[in-house]
Amino acid sequence: MSVKPVLTARGLVKRYGRVTALDRCDFDLLPGEVLAVIGDNGAGKSTMIKALSGAIQPDEGVIELDGKPVTFSSPIAARGYGIETVYQTLALSPALSIADNMFMGRELRKPGLMGTLFHQLDKPAMRQRAREKLTELGLMTIQSIDQSVETLSGGQRQGVAVARAAAFGSRVIIMDEPTAALGVKEGQRVLDLIRTVKARGVPIILISHNMPHVFEVADRIHIHRLGRRLCVVRPEDCKMSDAVALMTGAMRAEDIKQSA
Amino acid sequence: MSQETGPAPNSAEQVASFSGGPSGFKARLITLLYTMPAIVPLFVLLLAVAIFGILLGDRFLSPFALTLILQQVAIIGIVAMAQALVILTAGIDLSVGAVMILSSVVMGKFSVDLGLPQEIAILCGLIVGLSCGAISGVLVAVVKLPPFIVTLGMWQIVLAVNFLYSRSEVIRSQIIAAEAPLLQFFGRTISFGGANFTYGVIFMFLLVLVLTYALAQTAWGRHVYAVGDDPAAAELSGVNVTRTLISVYALAGLICAFAGWVLIGRIGSVSPQSGQFANIESITAVVIGGISLFGGRGSVAGALFGALIVGVFTLGLRLLGLDVQWTYLLIGLLIIFAVTLDQRIRKAAA
Repeated sequence: MSVKPVLTARGLVKRYGRVTALDRCDFDLLPGEVLAVIGDNGAGKSTMIKALSGAIQPDEGVIELDGKPVTFSSPIAARGYGIETVYQTLALSPALSIADNMFMGRELRKPGLMGTLFHQLDKPAMRQRAREKLTELGLMTIQSIDQSVETLSGGQRQGVAVARAAAFGSRVIIMDEPTAALGVKEGQRVLDLIRTVKARGVPIILISHNMPHVFEVADRIHIHRLGRRLCVVRPEDCKMSDAVALMTGAMRAEDIKQSA
Repeated sequence: MSQETGPAPNSAEQVASFSGGPSGFKARLITLLYTMPAIVPLFVLLLAVAIFGILLGDRFLSPFALTLILQQVAIIGIVAMAQALVILTAGIDLSVGAVMILSSVVMGKFSVDLGLPQEIAILCGLIVGLSCGAISGVLVAVVKLPPFIVTLGMWQIVLAVNFLYSRSEVIRSQIIAAEAPLLQFFGRTISFGGANFTYGVIFMFLLVLVLTYALAQTAWGRHVYAVGDDPAAAELSGVNVTRTLISVYALAGLICAFAGWVLIGRIGSVSPQSGQFANIESITAVVIGGISLFGGRGSVAGALFGALIVGVFTLGLRLLGLDVQWTYLLIGLLIIFAVTLDQRIRKAAA
């Protein structure tokens, strides 16, 4: 491989009792790409993603970030390495404002005595940065940064969650089913958002069941089957029906042109 | 600041146009109530004061009568602050009254019976309250038991300990005044022009200010709301849910211990029998104050207004010569009205 991958995994194994969810699974994410991960239900793709985002710890195998071995004891630890996850549930607090949500768990404090002694939040700075991020991603159709998240539409909420990840995710952004709960128009908007984030040079792992969306936005497609990577294909070399056939086992990996 | 007013002019491909939402007076009212839920209890409070003022005249609208209400409300107002914190995390604390009494009994017994210096006795009482709260917090946050069950058990345990330890004996006011006058500190009064502000009342207002600041201006406060709103989301966002919950219950216990100290100042003596209804009355104040029992919404100022509404009704109806049951009847109606409004506002705003 000519380009050095950002994030790799080799030989990941995860067993739950007698069930092997990950069976010597490999994974590669290249710089600046959108890598879609597809697979049938129960193929183990969410287990793999959880291992990469720190939500679970694999029993065996190594994960490397920029060529250095890393272990993530928790999602917070993974975040410390610049790996941000946009969860399917979004993990937003509906009653709190957009700015509050974007800085939840890593709030900024005022400089000086008010910050150190009285722990006062630097709300102007947080509002400012939240607004910058949303503008950068073309999301500033929101009236006010102080609006509570529950007054936003589904797509706007997704936008806030993505903006939060983009604001802090310096290395990798993982997106779990970002378009699943959305209508056609809002789903398209989220795909645009993915392209915008990609254009800023941050690679994205996209987990999705929506084949048209995957083929529209992905650079490469990681097909997961029976607890491991079956193959990686490029959307231009592979028809949607072939991808589904590979996922379900109706087609063998040898019969398709695989990506490097 | 200026750039956030008005939607961005470009963007045909918006996520969804938000600016074209419902407008007009009703929508603006709902938005206002939604962002500041304490406005309704404040309005009800002012309305009640106005109505009783018209009916009773100077008997009610005198500095003396109005500050008397504050004195009568102070204990429940302080306990309601503790209750409000816990309810903001979508929990409930049934042990607040019992913790308050036990703390006051410890303060009294340690200083009078054990002969400890009064400062040490007070400190021990505060530590007892803090510990009771911390234990409830650990059981809720770490052992993951429902707050209702934990604090129901804690209520019984603490109350039993209180009666066993005190042998249900009252420590008389004169003895405390002679041996540990600091215990009656919050009963001291600042008077001017007929108005009497006890230190307990002043403490209640200071507590509201401090808690309002902590909830609105610190990360801890934001975390309290986030945990009450959706604990799973808060955890994934990087909030330490366990630590936040324990801190809230422990702080609530400490506030109850302070309420116990204020209680000694109010009644003069240490009485193991007093304050039996503090848990229900504090929940009443919180609910009337517009704090959602489902967590994550409301303000401690609302809880104060809730407590004051109860105080105004109690004194006003008594001065009118009505049966005290009318107070309970009206408070009951207010509770149902408050919860209905909470549900409606959230449905309309969501």
